[in-house]
Amino acid sequence: MTAVIPVMILLPFLGALVIGLTPARRAEVFRPIAVLASGGTAAVAAYVLTQFESGEAGYQFVVDRTWIADLGISMHFGIDGISLFLVLMTAGIFPIAILGAKPHHDPKPYYAWLLILQAGSIGVFCALDLVMFFVFFEIVLVPMYFLIGMWGHGRRTYAATKFFLYTMAGSALMLVGIFALALLQSNATGDPLTFDIVTITDNLAVSTTAGRWIFVALAIAFAVKVPLFPLHTWLPDAHTEAPTAGSVILAAVMLKLGTYGFLRLGIEMLPEASVWAAPVLMTLGVIGLTYGAIAATMQKDLKRLVAYSSVAHLGFIILGMFSLTTQGIEGGVLIMVNHGITTGALFLLVGMIYERRHTRLISELSGLQKVAPVMAAVFTTVMLASVGLPGLNGFPGEFLALLGAFSGARWWGVVAVTGVILAALYLLWAYQRTFHGPLTAENASMKDMTGSEFAVMVPLLALIVFLGIYPTPLLERMEPSVEAVIVHVEESVPGFISPDPGLERRAVGDHGDGAEEGEG
Amino acid sequence: MIIQVPPTVPVVPEQLDPSAVPLAVPEIVWSAVAPALVLMIGGILLLTVVSLVRKPLPSWFHATWTVATATAAICATVPLWQRVQDNGASSEMAGTVGLDGFSLFVTGVICVSVILAALLLEGYLRREDLVGPEWYVLMLLSASGGVVMASANDLIVLFLGLEILSVAVYVLAAMHSRRTSSQEAGLKYFVLGAFSSAFLLYGIALTYGATGSTNLAGIQTFLADNVLVDNGLLLAGLAFMLVGFGFKVAAVPFHMWAPDVYQGAPTPVSAYMAAGVKAAGFAGLLRVFVTTFGPTYREEWMPMVAALAVLSLVVGSVMAIIQTNVKRMLAYSSISHAGFILLGVAAASDAGTSAALFYLLVYTFMVAGSFGVVTLIGRKGDGRHSLEDYRGLSRARPGLALVFTVFLLAQSGIPLTGGFLAKFYVIGAIVDEGLYALAAVAMLTAVISAFLYLRVIVAMYFAGPAGAEEGSEEPAEFAGPPVRIPAAAGLALGLALVGTLALGIVPGPATEVTRDATAELTVGN
Repeated sequence: MTAVIPVMILLPFLGALVIGLTPARRAEVFRPIAVLASGGTAAVAAYVLTQFESGEAGYQFVVDRTWIADLGISMHFGIDGISLFLVLMTAGIFPIAILGAKPHHDPKPYYAWLLILQAGSIGVFCALDLVMFFVFFEIVLVPMYFLIGMWGHGRRTYAATKFFLYTMAGSALMLVGIFALALLQSNATGDPLTFDIVTITDNLAVSTTAGRWIFVALAIAFAVKVPLFPLHTWLPDAHTEAPTAGSVILAAVMLKLGTYGFLRLGIEMLPEASVWAAPVLMTLGVIGLTYGAIAATMQKDLKRLVAYSSVAHLGFIILGMFSLTTQGIEGGVLIMVNHGITTGALFLLVGMIYERRHTRLISELSGLQKVAPVMAAVFTTVMLASVGLPGLNGFPGEFLALLGAFSGARWWGVVAVTGVILAALYLLWAYQRTFHGPLTAENASMKDMTGSEFAVMVPLLALIVFLGIYPTPLLERMEPSVEAVIVHVEESVPGFISPDPGLERRAVGDHGDGAEEGEG
Repeated sequence: MIIQVPPTVPVVPEQLDPSAVPLAVPEIVWSAVAPALVLMIGGILLLTVVSLVRKPLPSWFHATWTVATATAAICATVPLWQRVQDNGASSEMAGTVGLDGFSLFVTGVICVSVILAALLLEGYLRREDLVGPEWYVLMLLSASGGVVMASANDLIVLFLGLEILSVAVYVLAAMHSRRTSSQEAGLKYFVLGAFSSAFLLYGIALTYGATGSTNLAGIQTFLADNVLVDNGLLLAGLAFMLVGFGFKVAAVPFHMWAPDVYQGAPTPVSAYMAAGVKAAGFAGLLRVFVTTFGPTYREEWMPMVAALAVLSLVVGSVMAIIQTNVKRMLAYSSISHAGFILLGVAAASDAGTSAALFYLLVYTFMVAGSFGVVTLIGRKGDGRHSLEDYRGLSRARPGLALVFTVFLLAQSGIPLTGGFLAKFYVIGAIVDEGLYALAAVAMLTAVISAFLYLRVIVAMYFAGPAGAEEGSEEPAEFAGPPVRIPAAAGLALGLALVGTLALGIVPGPATEVTRDATAELTVGN
């Protein structure tokens, strides 16, 4: 029971090992092994969901083993209401990405890298030790680098290298920040050196100035990963050139590492600095979401359009989280999960179109609805979810994020609403140009979705509808943890009162003491 | 060379009756120098055995002998390590040989580099048709010099060790008799090496002039008890010694020889130079600067070392990414690694020393492994080292490409490899000293040099056929004769791989050893 996190990290890794040890000529076994390992991980994640105590704010399924005793580094893992759904989404999207797209060559390393990527991503969301967090945060670069570089399209080498160097440059300063934090904390408290996120969060003792510097060092790393304007330039290249599965994982999982980092190591661990930096970050978030939307409108390439839409959505997440309200953070986490589902589905669909037509240029696609009605229907649903249509899963998160922004930072919220309108513009326009209009000769022979392709989309469609109508299961599980974060921020930052309209609700409830609970 | 009588030896003016006034000959404690003796005697014995046997001995014999000797030397350090841990550090033979965890650890690192290089040499010499025992003899002798240098507690002994180490390596660099670039490398290394030795010796002389002692403990005590009113002489001595060490560890701006020599020397020898010779150089640097002058003159030398470190990091990584010859790239990257280790030195703390030692250990595995792959890809003639020659390796030799990828990623500091923790510890040590800017520079240059490692990976994995448009799915053809992996080289790569990964995944034991391996200066008996 307590070993579920190690199992979720090790299972895909073992799958990768098995694939690595199988001779390359047995090409037919790699896909089943990969599906089995990643699907097994998803099953374990589902089990975690059933075992999760929904009223708890603290960490559950905690594992804590010493790694490097001298420096107080431990393999400390745990899941709370915030990371729960990110872990679930990560565990679930990998089998779908594996089933939804096939590599054109070299299946063996392809599936091995994907599984390693799954192990690493789950590790980031569960890590409760700064060094462990960094290790997993950094290790996921390698499989993604190879996925883009080996199985990508067009300028894949350029895109892969740019992706790797950008992200690595961001995390370079993070390492310095982590060390500075641990050492200053240990100097201030007199305790032995520790990198434990929970311990440091509970009694942060570094000075305000140092805390802000450390926040900046960490924030740069996360801002590259998110990516936040103006550090986003690696994203369109990486997303566009990556193979379909790579784009799905990039959008669904890897971008969330940045936003999750902002939440866990930013707002929760360095509250004072987060309050200090919130206006800047919200501004960047708003710039990102309008800029992303405008840039998406101008794209000629369908995949690049979806990539820029990610920049816009991620801007929403940042805006919501740094409004420092319960709604905003909940909305942010909801968008993280739902963006993973919808954008993952969009990339799969674009991948299917590309497999059939060998082009992603909107100008060359036209009238697809006539030859591929099922695909058009699926595309419509997913697209509307991405736009944020009420009743589909994009809506609750964006609504909560905007609600949080309005109560805390009204004018940022006002600008952000234009992003919603622009999202409708670029996606609907793209849909119209691609699926409607006259059917040109090149597109006339395009085949509709096959049964297996549709089967891959079914779970995503089901989630899109279900989470749109009934997001409560998510909200009730993450609420205690999110409220604990807000309470923690209020307690740690003198004079800061969260502009949270749900404040009275919390005073009545007994979640308030959740902030003290470190261990689950 | 002027040999100064150590001041601890009483000078006897008149010896009318030798038995009445005994000349104080320090007691020779053989056990204290056992590792160096094992290496030296092993080398000489190998030479003797091959001279006595009429038939030429097979190639594997020399390599096995060398590996056995180096392993024996490692074994010899174990009881000494135990003794140091139980009884504390000591210095023997009139205070000239320091016996502490530090010297034993560096001895181990040097021996590991000998083992890896000898395994690489075996197949290399057969391929290049150069089979002979001289290579191994020279390497063992040079390693013994390195061990002497690492355990020297007296500047004269340190110089002695450095010369034993260097002279053998000068020859090794020039040993590939059919490649002019090898001879050029040997000559270049010799001329510049001799030049740097002169600097070091001059620095030693000036230091002696300023402190009245060449004994490190003596110098430390002298500086602790006396304040020099006019310390110009000592500062000049420090600067000159730093130049000498800077040459040995290839720190910018004393790095000019390194790219040419690493590129020209036979590749397994480059591996040994990058791993073993560098370890010995850093041992000397750490002992003289951190341990001897650390307590009193830290403020003076720390900026100098930090400047060398930053220059090495920046120049090493920037120059590395514009190279097209992989061997030369690795040479420049070794310069930037030297910068990282120098940062550990500049921290001038126990944590910094431990970090530098850990780095040296990891670096030995990473760089020996990298040069090992380069040795194999070089193929007959040891000349195929351009980036083009790696194109398509992932198809021709997927295992080799993967192993090289691990070494390259480790060098760039990706987690779960030793390379990450090596950088991590160094960063920790300098952040602990409040040197945040240095830490930031170091990490950013690590990103720059990551580009270089990625270039090699791109060539191995992503590159299309020569001249093809980027993005073509056509896989690249691996050009040239097939790559053969001799068993010994395979073993070396395996060991290096295990070392690189194990130090990154289970770093606990090695971390504890480096923590215990602090250099201490004690006055000899």
